[in-house]
Amino acid sequence: MSAVRRLLVVGGSWGGITASQSVLRALELPADAATALVLHRQPIRSALAEVLGRGIGCPVEEAEDKMPLAPGRVYVAPPDYHLLVESGWLSLSTEEPVKYSRPAIDVLLESAADAFGPRLVAVILTGASTDGTDGARAVRRRGGTVIVQDPRTAEQPVMPQSVVTAGLADVVAPLRDLPAVIARAVDRAGASA
Amino acid sequence: MSGPAGPVDPADGAGPPPVATADVEDVELDVLLEAIQRVYGYDFRNYARASLRRRLWRRVTAEGRSSLSGLLEEVLHDPGAMERLRVDLSVTVTSMFRDPPFFLALREQVVPLLATYPFVRIWVAGCASGEEVYSLAILLREEGLGDRVRIYATDVSDEILERARAGRVPLDKMRTYSSNYLAGGGRDGLSRYYEVEGRWARMDPSLRDGVVFARHNLATDGTFNEFHLILCRNVLIYFDRILQQRVHQLFDDSLVPLGLLALGARESLVGSHLQATYETVDAEVRIYRRSGT
Repeated sequence: MSAVRRLLVVGGSWGGITASQSVLRALELPADAATALVLHRQPIRSALAEVLGRGIGCPVEEAEDKMPLAPGRVYVAPPDYHLLVESGWLSLSTEEPVKYSRPAIDVLLESAADAFGPRLVAVILTGASTDGTDGARAVRRRGGTVIVQDPRTAEQPVMPQSVVTAGLADVVAPLRDLPAVIARAVDRAGASA
Repeated sequence: MSGPAGPVDPADGAGPPPVATADVEDVELDVLLEAIQRVYGYDFRNYARASLRRRLWRRVTAEGRSSLSGLLEEVLHDPGAMERLRVDLSVTVTSMFRDPPFFLALREQVVPLLATYPFVRIWVAGCASGEEVYSLAILLREEGLGDRVRIYATDVSDEILERARAGRVPLDKMRTYSSNYLAGGGRDGLSRYYEVEGRWARMDPSLRDGVVFARHNLATDGTFNEFHLILCRNVLIYFDRILQQRVHQLFDDSLVPLGLLALGARESLVGSHLQATYETVDAEVRIYRRSGT
């Protein structure tokens, strides 16, 4: 199993399942990349990984504690756990909700920024909270790239708008353009690293 | 704009963001953990890095510092700051009847096994503020085992144990806990087990009758009894893989043959050196059973 050299992290809230599905279905990533995803939802057992996996050409699975990161895979935060990225694996946490959410997008993005630095691409999709903005700041500080769904194409514009307003978006793109924009960014991510 | 939750970077928003020095911060982190171990004897070096880093930064901000080195300076010269940090690093947030399908499986699959013993010893390892202990005590009482069970509830910190012993839960959480309780097969109403005291729910003190609260450090202490059931849910996720292995071994040394081990819903023995000697009782809720030898 080769190592994951580049990471894509995606955060979505209200409307995020549909949006992330449409992005992941059309997305082609380099062979050394993996994807981690946080969607806000009720803390119940769910079949989110299966639901998301339909029509996506790569395995989608709910993250387990200390699961090694493998290229070509999509990892989803389990309900009621924060999902964190370490350098070669994933870990979970049951610390307090952040901005009323567990899993929180901020937690995923901040930990992934520490672990992947410039080899990280973060995407903020539709949502009605401001979770993701502090995370996006951490991603930028570590040299990663922040891509935001154009709030005008978002089912709920608050979350992407918050990142844009904070001046943290490298690229703002409508939903239908996101797969191409993300693929380009991941391709470039860490090219010099 | 909201304030930064993480490190404060004066260059934020001014021109292209600098590629900050994750490597330097790694060094600072190692130095901080090493120093805390040498000066205070608390060993966090084998804690899972990502969440440890997050909690350390929360303390950096709370202490009005701007780097891990700043925090190091503070904790080295001020035991009070060390104490605040230790509490931050030790408290894992917990809830009552967390993960109701687990409690349902306890009732339906584990209780019948425990009922075959004349007397049952249970270890709740890393009990934090005690929510899991009270949940378990309620369940065992409802299933008719209350009188012949002793629960050993351990954690690393005396104040946290004190909190667990006091058995006070914020009242505003009781609605969620009540629905967890019912979803987990609760037979009555959770309100039967507590009294309202201002903004607190005070758990029925008789639930503590069979409970021993004691300090135990999973990272350094050894086995102290033989148990029929060990619960350690969502504790090992805060440890790295080396420390996880140590604790798995400790549990193995502490279980009777055919003893049961319950882990968190997203934890497992997969990849552990002990995987082969355990059978899975319930894969969905992560209950394992030690082999008979």
